[in-house]
Amino acid sequence: MSENQRIIEIEVLRYNPETDKEPSRQVFEVPFTDDMSVLQGVQYIKDYLDGSLSFRWSCRMAICGSCGMMINGEPSLSCETFLRDYYPARVRVEALAHFPIEKDLVINMEGFIEKLESIQPYIIPKEERTLAQGEYLQTPAQLASYEQFSSCINCMLCYAACPQFGLNAEFIGPAAMALLHRYNIDSRDAGKAERMELVNSEEGVFNCTAVGYCSEVCPKHVDPANAVNQNKTNSAADYFLRFLTPKGGAK
Amino acid sequence: MNKRRPYVRPMAGWWRKNPFFVEYMIHEGTALFVAAYALILLTGLVYLSRGEAAWNVWLEGLKNPWYIAFHWLTLAAMCYHTYTWFKIMPRTMPPVIVGGKRLPDFAITGSGLAVAATASLAMLGLVWGMAR
Amino acid sequence: MKKTLKRSNAPIFWALFGAGGMLSALLGPILVFITGLAVPLGMLLPADTMSYANMLTFAQNIIGKGFIFAIISLFLWHAAHRIFHSLHDVGIHAGIVAKLIFYGGAMVGTLITAYTLLAIGF
Repeated sequence: MSENQRIIEIEVLRYNPETDKEPSRQVFEVPFTDDMSVLQGVQYIKDYLDGSLSFRWSCRMAICGSCGMMINGEPSLSCETFLRDYYPARVRVEALAHFPIEKDLVINMEGFIEKLESIQPYIIPKEERTLAQGEYLQTPAQLASYEQFSSCINCMLCYAACPQFGLNAEFIGPAAMALLHRYNIDSRDAGKAERMELVNSEEGVFNCTAVGYCSEVCPKHVDPANAVNQNKTNSAADYFLRFLTPKGGAK
Repeated sequence: MNKRRPYVRPMAGWWRKNPFFVEYMIHEGTALFVAAYALILLTGLVYLSRGEAAWNVWLEGLKNPWYIAFHWLTLAAMCYHTYTWFKIMPRTMPPVIVGGKRLPDFAITGSGLAVAATASLAMLGLVWGMAR
Repeated sequence: MKKTLKRSNAPIFWALFGAGGMLSALLGPILVFITGLAVPLGMLLPADTMSYANMLTFAQNIIGKGFIFAIISLFLWHAAHRIFHSLHDVGIHAGIVAKLIFYGGAMVGTLITAYTLLAIGF
C-alpha cells in the first residue's frame, strides 16, 4: 500500500436472517487509497475484518449491474463511487432501498426478474423470417429512436430511487418499463398490443407520479422516467381511442 | 427449514431522507394552493350569481390583509408550480428532433416557460383592454 | 404464470390532472396576481376591472363562461389528483374513501360551477 493511505469509516447496514430480528449498523475502519471504490472498501472488510459480510459484485467496471447499493442514501454502483469523495466523513452503505434484504447488502430481486419476464423483452416480429430471407433490416434513424432505452444493465438503482415502487411493489417500475418501451418502438417489433395490456393495467404506468429520481440515478442515462411518462400518453390514447377504433388495443 | 427471512424496510418518512424527494413533496404541495384558489374563485362566482350587493361583499373581502397575504403566498406557489411543471416536461414527452438532433431538456423547459410568460402578458393585456 | 391484468381507469383522472396542470402552469400565476393582488390593492389595473357590471358581462358571454368553467373545474381536478397521490405518498392509503372524497369533491365543484354559470344566464 502506498504512503498516502488513510483510514475511512464505513458504516454498513448488517442483517443476518438467521440471528437478527432487524438490520443494525456496524462501523468498520478501512485503510484506503485514492483509487479505491466503495466496492473495494467493502471487499476489504470481507477479506480482512469480517468474512461474514455478504454483497454482490462482478465486473468492477459499471457494466454488470450487480454492485448497486445505497451509498449515503443514494442508489449508486459501488464500483464507480469512490471513497476519497467521502473522506474524512463516514460513508454509509446499505442494501438497495425498497427491496427486501436477503442478507446484509444482498437484496431479493425475484420480483424484478418476474417483471422483466412479463414485458416480453425480445422482438416479436410481424412475420418470422427464415434464415434464407435474411436479417430484419433497420435504418440508423430507427435504431437511434430506441437505442438509449436499450442501454439498461438491470442494476435496479432506479427501483431503489422510486418511492412509488417502495409504496407498491406491484408497480412494474422504471427499468422494466424502459425495456418494454425499447421493444415497443423498435421498427422490427410487432408486440406492442400485447405489452400495452401491462402498461394499461393497475400495475402499469399510472402508479408513477413523475418523481424523476429514477432517471437521475441511472448510471447508463437510460432515462426510464421518460419511457414511463411517454407511455402514460400512449396508455391514455389507448384508453380513449378504443371507443373510436373497431379493434384498438383494448381487451 | 428455510432459513431465508427477507427483511422489508419500512417506508415511513421516505420523503425526508433525500433532498430530491423533499423538493418533490414541495412541488406536489403546490396543489393545495391551486385547490384553495379554485375555491376562492368558485365562491366569487356564486356571489356574482346572487347580484351586485353580494358580489361587492366578496370583492371587498379580497382586500382583507389575510387574503392579500394568502394571495402573495399562492402567487409564489403558482410560480413554483409553473417552473416545476415545465422542468419535468422533457421527461414526459417524446424526444423533439430538430435538424437531426435531439432538442436538449433546457430548450424544452425554456420554451414552456416562455409560452407561460407570453400567455400571462397576453392575459394581463386582455384584462386591461377589456376593463378600460 | 401470466397474471390476469385489470385495466386501470387512471387515464380519466390523469388527463384531467394534466389539463389542469398545464392550464394552471400557464395562467395560474397571472390570474392570482390579477384577482388576488392587483385588483384588491388597486395596482396596475383600472379600479373597476372587476366591477359587478364588468364581471357579469364576462360571465354572461359564452367565451367568458367557458373560460371560468375551464379554470375552476380543471384547477380542482388537477389539485384533487395531486393531493390524492400525496396522501398515498405520506402513507395514508385510504383507497376508495380518499378517491371518493377528492375526485368526488372535484366533481361537486365542477357541477356547482356549471350550475352557477347557467344560473347567471346569457
